[in-house]
Amino acid sequence: MSEPVNPNTPQNDADASARTEKISIKVNDLSLYYGDKKALDSISMEIPARQATAFIGPSGCGKSTLLRCFNRMNDLIDNVHTTGSIELEGTNIHDQRVDAAQLRRRVGMVFQRPNPFPKSIYENVAYGMRIQESVHKSEMDERVEWALRSAALWDEVKDRLKDSALGLSGGQQQRLVIARAVAIRPSVLLLDEPASALDPISTLKIEELIEQLKDEYTIVIVTHNMQQAARVSDHTAFLYLGELVEFDKTDDIFKNPQQKRTEDYITGRYG
Amino acid sequence: MSRHISEKYDEELAAVQESLMEMGGLVEQQLNDACRALITHNRELANKVRDVEQSVNTLEVELDDQCVSIIALRQPTARDLRVMMSIMKAVTDLERIGDEADRIAKMALHVADLPIPANQYADFHTIQSDLVPMLTGALDAFARADTALALSVIADDEKVDEGYAALVRKNITEMRENPEDVEHAMNLIWAARALERIGDHAKNISEYVVYQVEGEDVRHRRVDQEPT
Repeated sequence: MSEPVNPNTPQNDADASARTEKISIKVNDLSLYYGDKKALDSISMEIPARQATAFIGPSGCGKSTLLRCFNRMNDLIDNVHTTGSIELEGTNIHDQRVDAAQLRRRVGMVFQRPNPFPKSIYENVAYGMRIQESVHKSEMDERVEWALRSAALWDEVKDRLKDSALGLSGGQQQRLVIARAVAIRPSVLLLDEPASALDPISTLKIEELIEQLKDEYTIVIVTHNMQQAARVSDHTAFLYLGELVEFDKTDDIFKNPQQKRTEDYITGRYG
Repeated sequence: MSRHISEKYDEELAAVQESLMEMGGLVEQQLNDACRALITHNRELANKVRDVEQSVNTLEVELDDQCVSIIALRQPTARDLRVMMSIMKAVTDLERIGDEADRIAKMALHVADLPIPANQYADFHTIQSDLVPMLTGALDAFARADTALALSVIADDEKVDEGYAALVRKNITEMRENPEDVEHAMNLIWAARALERIGDHAKNISEYVVYQVEGEDVRHRRVDQEPT
């Protein structure tokens, strides 16, 4: 049988190519504490650029906490502190010179429940650009269209851009939120259970969108739906009790995981 | 392996594995009976083999249906997925073993009214003696997920191949020397050919065992390249 694997980097010789690919996020010995409670335990991993990486694991395993580290969303929670480091394209995101708001421009985030602003469809997409830079009306129109097209929503809303975003269906709202995130051209998109509140067809549209978006962005997705992780991601990380148990190519994780805990989880067994 | 959270899933997997073993037991019996029918020119036994073929075919269809249901409803992954893929492939191999046994039974019917040859099918019997433990071993390895046993079955296929080659050589010489025996010799070669193919199927089943346990596909490899 195979030797235990180091979960920190994608495994197998076949993954040598992944190791030589550009790394977007490099996590070094990261631990996170809520007060005294350790929620993430010495995690090290390299997330390849312009690929989709999925985090799976049972509730409370730390996958959303780890995701939120990548744009320092945990800074907003009292009593949280971290050790170790996270580099985004070579820059330590905890460096004093890194402004959290600027970081969140580069690392966009989409949450479980779509959270459009109570404004028009157009304004939802234009809003982020408008508060960051002065953009001429014609250029703004082009960029809104581009963002809506990127989120595979343009054809459905092009005739009602002035309508309230709250009138869209849940699936459309979630794609609008993704359009809002890509409008400011981030390099990473963090998706925290982006389809868990959606019906199956809307879910498939989001999954198809992820497939398209990863040509341009590094995607990190947290999902409880293992089949979704299997369908949309190139690499999968399995976390358990704050520990990174295994990180490998998605194909290998779902066909032949190296760790018994991973196998037990994905096959629905008692550990 | 530990149990699934869903007990019903465990039961479904156990049921499909049980059906596979039932099918394996049937074709094992078919093979033994077919060989005995040929060697002893026993028409009744040959007909029994041919009757069992229908049961094997029915089990093949049922097993395929059980596997498709599990894949559709449970979406197995990792080892569960490899087990399902292995069972689906093993079902096909077992059904073909049944077909080959049926072929030997047909040969047995063809010669049933003729006198038993002087050498009493010694060469055919040699191949059968090497082959039957292979099939039993392949099925045992599958039931117990025993990679070591599966690898030894894979290695044993060479003996069956050699036995078949020796029988062919001998019968070609026989045909040259006694052209009036051509029909008998050809029948024997066809029956031995069926045994040689059954050896290949038993080897395939053993390769699926390695795949389901180790996650490694050892098909189309030389024996010295198999995992240890």
